Amino acid sequence: MSPVSPRHIAIAIAIIALIVAPYAINQPYYVNIASQILLYAVFALGLNILVGYAGLVSLGHAGLSGVAAYGVAYLLAAGDSHIVAIVGGLAAGLFVTAGFAALSLRATGISFIMITLALGEIIWGLAYRWISITNGDNGISVSARPAPFGLPLDSANAFYDTTLVVFLLAVAACAIFVRSPFGAALTGTRDQPRRMSALGFHVWMIRFWAFMFSGLLSSVSGVLFIYYYQFISPPALALTSSAEVLLMVISGGAGTLLGPIVGASLVVIIKLVVSAYVSRWNFMLGAIFVAIVVFMPEGLVPGTVRLTRAAWREANRRSLPAQPTIDGQKS
Amino acid sequence: MTALAVRGLNKSFGGLNVTKNVNLAVEPGERRLIIGPNGAGKTTLFNLVTGELSPDRGAILLFDRDITRLPSRNRAHLGMARTYQIITLFPRDTILRNALLALLGLSPLRWNPWLPLHLQRDLLSQARAALGRVGLEHMADRPLAETSYGEKRRVEIAMALAQKPRVLLLDEPFAGLSIDERRDVRELLKAIPRDVTVVMIEHDMDTALDLADRITLLHFGEVIVEGTRAEVVADPRTREVYLGE
Repeated sequence: MSPVSPRHIAIAIAIIALIVAPYAINQPYYVNIASQILLYAVFALGLNILVGYAGLVSLGHAGLSGVAAYGVAYLLAAGDSHIVAIVGGLAAGLFVTAGFAALSLRATGISFIMITLALGEIIWGLAYRWISITNGDNGISVSARPAPFGLPLDSANAFYDTTLVVFLLAVAACAIFVRSPFGAALTGTRDQPRRMSALGFHVWMIRFWAFMFSGLLSSVSGVLFIYYYQFISPPALALTSSAEVLLMVISGGAGTLLGPIVGASLVVIIKLVVSAYVSRWNFMLGAIFVAIVVFMPEGLVPGTVRLTRAAWREANRRSLPAQPTIDGQKS
Repeated sequence: MTALAVRGLNKSFGGLNVTKNVNLAVEPGERRLIIGPNGAGKTTLFNLVTGELSPDRGAILLFDRDITRLPSRNRAHLGMARTYQIITLFPRDTILRNALLALLGLSPLRWNPWLPLHLQRDLLSQARAALGRVGLEHMADRPLAETSYGEKRRVEIAMALAQKPRVLLLDEPFAGLSIDERRDVRELLKAIPRDVTVVMIEHDMDTALDLADRITLLHFGEVIVEGTRAEVVADPRTREVYLGE
């Protein structure tokens, strides 16, 4: 394709900035916040596949990442190796995703939201009550992080680097996915499902595989979650956790690649940084969300693009000499 | 062999029988016009034939193959394409991408989640060719939302033709068009080769009359008259339905 576009330069600068960020910050507390932003960004990217590209709003996704996190914690507690635990956690996440998809894809719209919400609550209830596996209220602790290639992930920087690699892979996977024929088919089922069937597409199956991809990314974020906090308990699977990730997707801009990442940054920063100064941080988050809905209903990223373009056009119009107006006068 | 056969088809919504014992036999290459006043059940018949609705009774055969219980998508793969009376396109996409989706629907590529769609040269050139057939190639990259109603109608037809159908169902292709646009679309439809069987619904008889080999008149879900153009026009029942005496 084209050699080097401004877009490529911007992407390269962003990646370099993300790599050097922990050295510039140089405080474990803030590096850890950056890690959380990245792990939630992976989660939001996963949910965005469904919300933004398939037009299916899910309120049960915390159940999917939670199952993966619990899977890893359970297998580690049972004495399995990290590799086995990670593969097992992802497999558990995908298995539950398939169940979610099979049950919820019978519907769209509000009904879909309600079914995913109910399924998420079932998983949350299981986490509370299936004590022999989940340890109920007390949750499960994970004593050690893995050490891929002999590099321990105990330090904030090492964990950040690993999370960054996973995050970049997730972004790349999403970027490739949405530009693919399957991605085009998926947005087609979002906009005109009837037409898509008449054109020969298997609408249900397209949505199913999109749900699986979304569940995979959610499960990956669940694995990052369990290794970051080294602890999982039922609140991580609650409706509020699902709603929080949905808030990230919608506030940043559903159906864009950058939107969920910006949304994840916004929510995590308000939750962790602003909450240190403002005790009613939930109120702040709510106020910001209301402001986004009022001024940029499409989300921060597309909204900013729209407003910047409008401002640019306005500036251009003013800098040009006055145009002759159409008022019947001939020049 | 008939291209499209409908046998004893019935469909009701609650107590309303919208399709009553309808029989049709469309020969390969034929141009069949289905006319009838508002509410005659024309679009319902199309929805039954394309599989968007399933009939209560009766059978639908495509080239002698029973497709009555086949989902829409499979009928598309067997060579059936349709256009919609109410424009049913992808408003967020460009015209080209609309045409691409039509081609993708029948291509195994549609399951591929990693190849970049914008580099599929073969598909792109086919999509441009399909738009060329309806005279929209020059505006292929324009977002659909920025096109006129008449252009959208032509995109509908381009998408159906792009699929190289054996049986093409056109639901009021002239609806809402100006006189000039009607003439253009008529020329377009006349140019469809005879290896495509065309079944067309038209509310307004005058516009489409000269395109038809045979005409079926529907009224309250029933076939009232069927025959050649001259027969149907001359039939007193046609006048009764259309003029009410």
